Amino acid sequence: MSALDRATALELYRVMRTIRQFEARAVQLFGENKIWGTIHSYAGQEGVAVGVCAHLRDDDWITSTHRGHGHCIAKGADVGRMFAELLGRETGYCRGRGGSMHIADTSKGNLGANGIVGGGIPIATGAALTATYTGSDRVAVSFFGDGGANQGTLHESMNLAAIWKLPVLFVCENNQYAETNPVKDAFAVEDISLRAAGYGMPGVRVNGQDVRETYRVAADAVARARSGLGPTFIVAETYRYEGHYYGDPQVYRTKDEIEDWRAKRDPLVIARTWLTTDRLASEADLARVDREVDAEIEKGVAFAEAGEPASPIRLPEDVYAG
Amino acid sequence: MTEKSNVQAVHDTLLGEFRRDERHILLGEDVGVRGGVFRVSDGFIEEFGADRIIDTPVAESSIVGIAIGAAIGGLRPVAEMQFADFHAPAFEQIVNEAARMRYRSVGAFGVPLVIRMPWGGGVRGALYHSQSVEAFYAHVPGLKVVAPSTPADITGMLRSALRDADPVVFLEHKAIYRSVKGDVPDGDYTIPLGPADVKREGADITVYAYGISLHHALAAAERLAADGVQATVVDVRSLRPLDAETVLREARKTGKCLIVYEDNRLFGAGAEIAALIAEEAFEDLDAPVMRLGGPEIPAMPFNKPQEDWFMPSPEKIAVKMRELAAY
Repeated sequence: MSALDRATALELYRVMRTIRQFEARAVQLFGENKIWGTIHSYAGQEGVAVGVCAHLRDDDWITSTHRGHGHCIAKGADVGRMFAELLGRETGYCRGRGGSMHIADTSKGNLGANGIVGGGIPIATGAALTATYTGSDRVAVSFFGDGGANQGTLHESMNLAAIWKLPVLFVCENNQYAETNPVKDAFAVEDISLRAAGYGMPGVRVNGQDVRETYRVAADAVARARSGLGPTFIVAETYRYEGHYYGDPQVYRTKDEIEDWRAKRDPLVIARTWLTTDRLASEADLARVDREVDAEIEKGVAFAEAGEPASPIRLPEDVYAG
Repeated sequence: MTEKSNVQAVHDTLLGEFRRDERHILLGEDVGVRGGVFRVSDGFIEEFGADRIIDTPVAESSIVGIAIGAAIGGLRPVAEMQFADFHAPAFEQIVNEAARMRYRSVGAFGVPLVIRMPWGGGVRGALYHSQSVEAFYAHVPGLKVVAPSTPADITGMLRSALRDADPVVFLEHKAIYRSVKGDVPDGDYTIPLGPADVKREGADITVYAYGISLHHALAAAERLAADGVQATVVDVRSLRPLDAETVLREARKTGKCLIVYEDNRLFGAGAEIAALIAEEAFEDLDAPVMRLGGPEIPAMPFNKPQEDWFMPSPEKIAVKMRELAAY
């Protein structure tokens, strides 16, 4: 494994910690009845978005999912504007129109979280087509879950991306459940990455709980894409700690299973361990990062709560240009 | 002026715009080497190359989805649904993604995309090569939906669609691709997406139509003229935006309105036009607003007498027009 330098390693940890704390705070706000509708927590899956997006530039594109907070943060979104969106404020990314599931961020190439499972896959593929057509080295990444992996759009888009050698990464976050449907009931083959062979592209199965692994795998895939060698299919094995949505009774899995993942395969605990063991960071360094993240999160919540509630008045804007 | 057919107008306009703006790419099934099943892109791949004229696998959802992504990325794609009937797999991308992108991103991401769909019956295509799909899309804010039916309108409106900043569903009635010919002004002229067009003036009744129904309505109007009944015929060539001003002005002129459309009558475009007239011009009406639309069967039948029974015709329209005139 190529060694991570100290700054990069600590940054990976920082972004993962930001996502974890964002989700904790969002759940808290939900419990205080400040967020309506629903939220889908990314907690537990941080290693995937962070390891992949670390290789992306602001002008690279991503498409995200209904469980999109982690991708947004990893692609550089401002947590204040994210909280503002969750709270339905004018200062939110979508001016209150979208809520949790639909945050998009032009300045960072985030084409949007998406409430339609599999909806973003062809859009990322199309963005990659633009990169090829214009001769740029921009790349696109489509994140989707094991649920999205069974949508027809993935089949279509992987095939098209492979025959046209498009600079796109298809990143399947296998968090073991499509809502309530376990992967063993939804896939005849346990290793989803084997599908890649059928499209003529590399398929990589990676431990999504160790950000070093996702970082390493994504480095190769992004380099491949930038140099015109085409798409890669990455399947990151991961786990979501919360239910499908906040308040999910989770009748489809056991508490023991959840505790087992938390205890043995937590991406933040794993990262802290190797950061200190490899002497890339001291406990004091990590405590400092934690404090800084907490402060950023609280600043973000304060920014959001200070925003004006989103009003209906400007809704007819932006339906059409001009 | 140059005389050409509808399909020639589509071809020539695309050709000119593709020469003008290299951001245009064409994606679709058999659009490249074959030049499209209706020959709309005949010669394109030779001139523009396979990078711009892209023969795709049969994958409508991703044809449109990729076009959306490419449009956001800065290109101006044209996605062809080989037959409008094949739109259904792409419906998710058109309605859930293309139509909402500008709105959900608060104006940040536009989708300058033209989705061309050869539509309509009268070609013995039966269930999956004959459908009218306009009502599905005309229902959706964020889309523009147009159905021009003459070579001049097709030319002017396709040019506008290709230069538009938003997604346009561009409907081309395939039964009149070659049978309808007309003069097209030379040069770079455009027709905005929106305004209806009064194709015939008459003081007694007003008929609204688009697609092949428009041409049948014009033929029916000539028959009635021989009997002394003069009909206005309004070409509702844009369904979204709908030109309420022209629809209402022409309704008020005669007070007697008939909407003709090939789509299933219930919940079709004619219902919206009828509701608009009823709501806004009620006091100027001298008769109930009438509709002539397709029957309540799920799809176009194959055999000729069956298809004729489904489709509008000058004879059927003339009967309805006489009923309205006599009211």
